[in-house]
Amino acid sequence: MTHTKFILPFDCITEADHGRVGGKCASLGDMTQAGVAVPPGYAVTTDAYEAMLNETGLRAEIEAQLARLNFDDVADQERAAQAIQIRFRSHPLPPAVEAAIRSEYARLGDEMPVAVRSSATAEDLPDASFAGQQDTYLWVTGADAVVEKVRDCWASLFTARAIAYRRRNNLGQIEVLMSVAVQKMVNARAAGVAMTLDPLNGDRTRIVIDASYGLGELVVSGVVTPDNYSVEKVLMEIVDRKISDKHLELLPDPAARTTVEREIEGPRRTAQCLTDVEILAVAQLAKGLERIKGCPQDVEWAIDADLPEGENLLALQARPETVWSQKPVEKPKMSYATGMMGIVGALNNPIGSGG
Amino acid sequence: MDAQTPLFPSAYDVKAPEGAEGWEELYPYYLTFQPNLREKEDAKFWFCDSQHWPNPFKPFDAMTVEYAVRCLGQYNTRHYLVPPANGVDYRIHNGYCYMSPIAVAPEKIEDRIPQFLERAGHYFQNWDSLLDNWHKKVKANIAEMEALSFDKLPEVVPLEWITEGRGVDPHLDLMANYDAAIQLLYKTWQYHFEFLNLGYAAYLDFFGFMKGQFPTIPDQAIAKMVQGVDSDLFRPDDELKKLARLAIELGVTGALKSGTVEEALAAVAQEAKGQLWLDAWEAAQDPWFNFTSGNGFYSTDKYWIEHLDIPMGYLRDYIIRAEAGETIERPTEKLLAERDRITGEYEAMMDEEARAVFRDKLGLARTVFPYVENHNFYIEHWSMCVFWKKMHALSRLLMEEGFWPTEDGMFYLTRQEVRDALFDYGNAWATGGDWIGPSHWPQEIERRRGIIDALSTQPPQPALNNPPEVITEPFTIMLWGITSESIQNWVGGGSVEDGLSGMAASPGAVEGLARVVRSPDQLGEIQEGEILVTPVTAPSWAPVFGKIKATVTDIGGMMSHAAIVCREYGLPAVTGTGNGSSLIKTGQRIRVDGNTGKVTLLD
Repeated sequence: MTHTKFILPFDCITEADHGRVGGKCASLGDMTQAGVAVPPGYAVTTDAYEAMLNETGLRAEIEAQLARLNFDDVADQERAAQAIQIRFRSHPLPPAVEAAIRSEYARLGDEMPVAVRSSATAEDLPDASFAGQQDTYLWVTGADAVVEKVRDCWASLFTARAIAYRRRNNLGQIEVLMSVAVQKMVNARAAGVAMTLDPLNGDRTRIVIDASYGLGELVVSGVVTPDNYSVEKVLMEIVDRKISDKHLELLPDPAARTTVEREIEGPRRTAQCLTDVEILAVAQLAKGLERIKGCPQDVEWAIDADLPEGENLLALQARPETVWSQKPVEKPKMSYATGMMGIVGALNNPIGSGG
Repeated sequence: MDAQTPLFPSAYDVKAPEGAEGWEELYPYYLTFQPNLREKEDAKFWFCDSQHWPNPFKPFDAMTVEYAVRCLGQYNTRHYLVPPANGVDYRIHNGYCYMSPIAVAPEKIEDRIPQFLERAGHYFQNWDSLLDNWHKKVKANIAEMEALSFDKLPEVVPLEWITEGRGVDPHLDLMANYDAAIQLLYKTWQYHFEFLNLGYAAYLDFFGFMKGQFPTIPDQAIAKMVQGVDSDLFRPDDELKKLARLAIELGVTGALKSGTVEEALAAVAQEAKGQLWLDAWEAAQDPWFNFTSGNGFYSTDKYWIEHLDIPMGYLRDYIIRAEAGETIERPTEKLLAERDRITGEYEAMMDEEARAVFRDKLGLARTVFPYVENHNFYIEHWSMCVFWKKMHALSRLLMEEGFWPTEDGMFYLTRQEVRDALFDYGNAWATGGDWIGPSHWPQEIERRRGIIDALSTQPPQPALNNPPEVITEPFTIMLWGITSESIQNWVGGGSVEDGLSGMAASPGAVEGLARVVRSPDQLGEIQEGEILVTPVTAPSWAPVFGKIKATVTDIGGMMSHAAIVCREYGLPAVTGTGNGSSLIKTGQRIRVDGNTGKVTLLD
């Protein structure tokens, strides 16, 4: 084990660590330890972030910028944000933090492409999609690049939108901490999202899957219209499929050490991008996660082109579904008719009669 | 008639095919549409029950419609007073039967509820003990039928009858036995419905509750929670599987593999442990070979016990598969575990209050539903097997006495005419003259055979006249799976461009070559891996389900025999497509999606 207080591999994250690894890493840790196939990786903890603030003089610089910021002036917010970003980049990481990131990266493999993503801490979660909390860098290769992207993730806490958001919601500015996930990159042949209820109506007997070619980012960001499959959760049968025209895919560009968007051509565009077996495997993965977590889930997944069939489906992220799960359950208008009166009721209003 | 064009034709506009003129006289007067009641009859909606009677029936066989549908009604109308529903009116038209349920007037429904609660309630509360008694009654009824004999009248009355001073002759017994057979059949059908409607009602209650909880829940998921895994209906097939295993264990498979049934059994007898196997073969037959590959409603149905080549054929298939290392046994433990899993997962998605209700309704549905599955063996298979066996013996007797030239002659007579023919026989026997039958029946039977054959060339209408705006009649929905939606499918049926739709009766999706089977005699044509396409299946086709990939039927709902067996065998099924067996041709490539109820024609 090389982990220090600055680094926690996913398979070492315990519940006690959740506060300092953020929601995304906590979830990856839970999944890894529950035996779910998750690409390996590690969390750069909030302790690393705090060390960055405290040991480099950055904290004072940020506080100075914020102190003279007129929050009502959008232009001034933008100026302060730029200044803070520059301050972040002007400091190398504290040596112990950088060493920890590098040595853990080396354990993933030599020149292993990774995804570097911000992992917000729990206090910031009421609206997880606020700016700066979703920063993701794909296909990052080499320890230098990883260190740089970790720092970029931290800096993204201080975009103008993020500053404004915290102000609006009465959250502290410098008090908000951030963890970063460094995770082995998936060479996704297809990827997408699965929800363990129907987002259109909250139907919990359904698992609804969005899927397209390549990495899942284009599905999440809405750039492509994905295929949409509906699976009956108990029988695990595909009950609906809408096949879309998928015009783009996001693929790795190993030479450029980044990802590239590519136009999809020919019949592949309008073909079903997952086989039926794969659809059911994704549904099974999502169903398993719902069971582990005890509530409806929103799961990001990918099928890795480099892994053998049967082992190539990976969970990238799972978070609780928030829209329908928070709605109170609708009570039936009348109480249930039971016993003989139930039978009388069924005879008088048989199902299928529209009554 | 009003100006509005009805969705389906009037019976009076559906003419008989050429050569079938005069068909009306083959059936009792009260079974055909009555021109002087046309206005009343045209105002009602009639749907064709080709689920139970897919082919035009001979005059004698019409009795099965009469007794079955009449006895269905008696329990609703006179025994339990089912609040909204009386029985089902029925007519024969061009050889097919059409049904029209009789609703209770809305203002009378309320009054029937207390009586229903008391009467049906008694059955639900005492289900197990009453059902126990039912088994005794049905077995006694079968034993009585089994005891009936139809013997040739002797040259002279036996001397003992003279010396004992009996003062009667054997013709009296012949007549009495015929009348007894008909009465016992009548009783059989009364018993058939004693529990059935109540069983379906409890199922319907559970079904409606589940649809209320989970509006998109597949019907088949609800069925799977209730369906039993050790139904007596599967016993005949299970017996063959056991016999296949035993044959392997005792080393008699070589002897069994070829030749006629007699040759194979003789070869087994030569084997060292052959007798052990033969004993098991004999023991399995009573009662489990009282099993038909038809549905019990036709005199042409073949029963295993009278056609041992049928079970022998299936047995040979099982031996081949078992020797190839396949598991031929039904995975009953797995099925039970699956049933528990499905039940548990839906229950987990309910709130506390609903869960208690769920357990209640599921409990009752599971108590009563085994009857819905099991009765079929005791009535349609066992009882009807014995009945038809006796009637075949009687028809053969009269054939031998010259009344008709073929063994099936009697079935072209109505049940009243058979009585007349029997009297004719005993009459001339007494006078010492010639019986008239042999000069009357052969040409009349030929004429009638021509009519029935002509009727068979024309498929039935799915329905007659206008359907009600919404189908609310519970038995139409429960027993025939007919809903407003399925009627729409019939109307839209016939378009093949985007395939066919029916009920998603058993999950899974496959592609393959179709094999259209219109009668059980064609079952032997089915090749490994084909998709069975048929008007309707009987549960006794189970042995071919090991060979096929999927099933498509014209008729039947979620709880139809085809659906039950397909779920049991894990095969995709789409039921109630209306006309799949006419549109799909043998050898055509089709895709069957048992999850969505769609059948796609691929070429």
